[in-house]
Amino acid sequence: MKRFLWPLAIFILLVGFLAVGLRLNPREVPSPLVGKAAPAFELPVLHQPDKRFVPGDMRGKVWLLNVWASWCVSCREEHPVLMELSKRSVMPILGLNYKDKGEDAQRWLKQFGDPYQLSVVDADGRIGIDYGVYGVPETYLIDAEGVIRYKQIGPLTQAIIDDKVLPLAKALKK
Amino acid sequence: MIPEIGQFALIIALGIALAQSALSLTGAARRIPAFIAVARPAAQGLFVFVAIAFGCLAWSFYNNDFSVLNVATNSNSRLPTAYRIAASWGSHEGSLLLWVLMLSFWMLAVSVFSRSLPDDMLARILGVMGLVAVGFLSFMLFTSNPFERLLPAAADGRDLNPLLQDPGMVFHPPMLYMGYVGFSVAFAFAIAALLDGRLDATWARWSRPWTTAAWVFLTIGIALGSFWAYYELGWGGWWFWDPVENASFMPWLIGTALIHSLAVTEKRGAFKAWTVLLAIIAFSLSLLGTFLVRSGVLTSVHAFATDPKRGIFILCFLAVVIGGSLSLYAWRANRVAPGGRFELLSRESMLLANSVLLLVACGAVMLGTLYPLFLDALDLGKISVGPPYFDSVFLPLMAPAVLLAGIGPLIAWRKGEPAQLVGRLRWIAIVALIGALFVPLAFGRWAALTSVGLLLAFWIFAGTLTALVVRYRSNAKLTRSFLGMLLAHAGVGVFIVGVTLVKSYETERDLRMEPGDTATLGGYSFRFEGVRDVSGPNYAAARGALTVQRDGETIARLAPEKRVYLVQRNPMTEAAIDAGISRDVYVALGEAVGGDAWTVRIHIKPFIRWIWFGCLMMAFGGLLAASDRRYRIATQRREDALTADATVIRRGTA
Repeated sequence: MKRFLWPLAIFILLVGFLAVGLRLNPREVPSPLVGKAAPAFELPVLHQPDKRFVPGDMRGKVWLLNVWASWCVSCREEHPVLMELSKRSVMPILGLNYKDKGEDAQRWLKQFGDPYQLSVVDADGRIGIDYGVYGVPETYLIDAEGVIRYKQIGPLTQAIIDDKVLPLAKALKK
Repeated sequence: MIPEIGQFALIIALGIALAQSALSLTGAARRIPAFIAVARPAAQGLFVFVAIAFGCLAWSFYNNDFSVLNVATNSNSRLPTAYRIAASWGSHEGSLLLWVLMLSFWMLAVSVFSRSLPDDMLARILGVMGLVAVGFLSFMLFTSNPFERLLPAAADGRDLNPLLQDPGMVFHPPMLYMGYVGFSVAFAFAIAALLDGRLDATWARWSRPWTTAAWVFLTIGIALGSFWAYYELGWGGWWFWDPVENASFMPWLIGTALIHSLAVTEKRGAFKAWTVLLAIIAFSLSLLGTFLVRSGVLTSVHAFATDPKRGIFILCFLAVVIGGSLSLYAWRANRVAPGGRFELLSRESMLLANSVLLLVACGAVMLGTLYPLFLDALDLGKISVGPPYFDSVFLPLMAPAVLLAGIGPLIAWRKGEPAQLVGRLRWIAIVALIGALFVPLAFGRWAALTSVGLLLAFWIFAGTLTALVVRYRSNAKLTRSFLGMLLAHAGVGVFIVGVTLVKSYETERDLRMEPGDTATLGGYSFRFEGVRDVSGPNYAAARGALTVQRDGETIARLAPEKRVYLVQRNPMTEAAIDAGISRDVYVALGEAVGGDAWTVRIHIKPFIRWIWFGCLMMAFGGLLAASDRRYRIATQRREDALTADATVIRRGTA
């Protein structure tokens, strides 16, 4: 009898996790970071590994920080939208290359185009933890004071850019 | 008016499903013939009303009724007709309706084709499926009504997601759902057998063709999805370990294990409890997949709009259905009589090892899919698991399963002959080694993983061929189920060849090309003729033209497109492919880079078609096996017996 109970026990455990997971639904809960200063970091730049970048370099500008990786499927879906945005050069887009291999990342950008002013390398995902990265892609809108104003979990779409990101950026620039 | 008829039909369907499951399950438990007799007509009635509802939804889409919220959000007056109808299942609500339609279709099929089943067993089976239908119908009616009105009506719709505007959308979801939902039949058979306490070889024989049929649909559905991703997403990949892909792949793995385990239960009466457990798990994973996709707990390319209320509903439903059946299993499985004994070297133990491997592989996929969620739930940090995890975990688990599949058919039931096996194995091993070492030479580049892949493929080819020869020489009959098994196994080999050669020898180039430029890759030369603007029914596109030549001869003119759909403004890449048995030439258009120059991406993908061809072979093998004579004979005999009885009775009364 006892051994036939195992499947049930495992299943109950699974349901517990799923129930908690539902409550944690990443799309429903706003990031606690919105309205707070963007966590500081110092990371190497993807194309020039000897150069380092800190978010303070962007002070005075309204910019997007986009978390991406070459292994991430949704990033490919999102990518044309970023390319389009970078062409209009309304605001700088910076990439946070998350848990990726440098060569894969560079090949990816060569293949699909590089919308980023520059990408920084977060190889072990440590900075991702500071930023509360749940999954790739994610995007942060950061204002001139270095405060996170908006966080998008999952791919950006043209509608989100037009309805949320651009109006907010416009308001922040004033 | 039509949408209201649809909604009304759904409400009636819910009523029928409630009555049907309550009456037929009580009837079977208390042996009330009048209640048992309800099962069959009620299942057929359920199908009629769900079909009416589905027809109403499709009609609303077809006629651009933008006063229906679902139509307004997922269609557009300029959307081509075929996609307008396919858009019926492009939304969350619509795909649930498709789910229920498939479920009621399977119920209809069971009620029509199971004349050989005892009436009380049939009542139990249809009752269990009816309960599942109750869950999904109320989910739809209470949280996701596909017929909700939008008043005042929208002037035009927001259009179907451009990713979904593809022939793949017309066929992939129905096939996939047929497979997904088809496991409900095996599940219902298992639950009915547990309730009844009649877990025997007859039970396995009854549920085998149904399980195989569902598996065939699921195989085709997954293959279609992979093929669609390959040409539609524009970067030439064919499998991404995306949570939603995994959600369909997990039931497939368990379904494969179940088919094999059912074979043992039917032929040898062994593994009964194990088979029942697999049947429960296979359907549970179909439900879990639905939960993962519909609740939005995981982010994915397939994500639809999410709503926490829906997530909670499905989770409760999961808990009741799966929790209930596993409790029943824990309570009743120990009453199952032990099966026939077998030695360590026997087909039974090969099949047992195979199903354990498949189960573990499924567990690994599930872990990778849910791991980010688990860690987050435990507050241990936030991570995402990419293809690297799956690739490194999956191969070591699948390689031994493939080795077993190659030799399993050669080993006798109960007790194999070691000496005989070693003799046959020698040949198989030699063929496999030769293939693994020499085929890479033909491609001019050797890598360890390439050889491993080819070794597995040739191993299974040689093993399958040997099994065919042995069977032919023994003068035993070549039944459809035996040939189907061999064909499916060979399909696995073909699939492996495709995967191995594509992974090892695909080449690609990213180019900046101006009209008149020529580039070469893998012996082909590509001349870029330029780009012109074209307009489709609901999109504007830049269409490139490339001439592909080999040895000075033009072999293809390719026209990759970059489309912008007018309503949603999403840019979409339409790759152009010159397909071939030994290679695909795949061209995608990138961005305009000043003047007339464009970025162009060219891939040569050797043997990639073999991946899907292998899947088709597996599916066709399954089809052969499911149509084996002995399943039909079982039906026939029973009918003969019945007519004989009837004659006797008539004579008696005369």
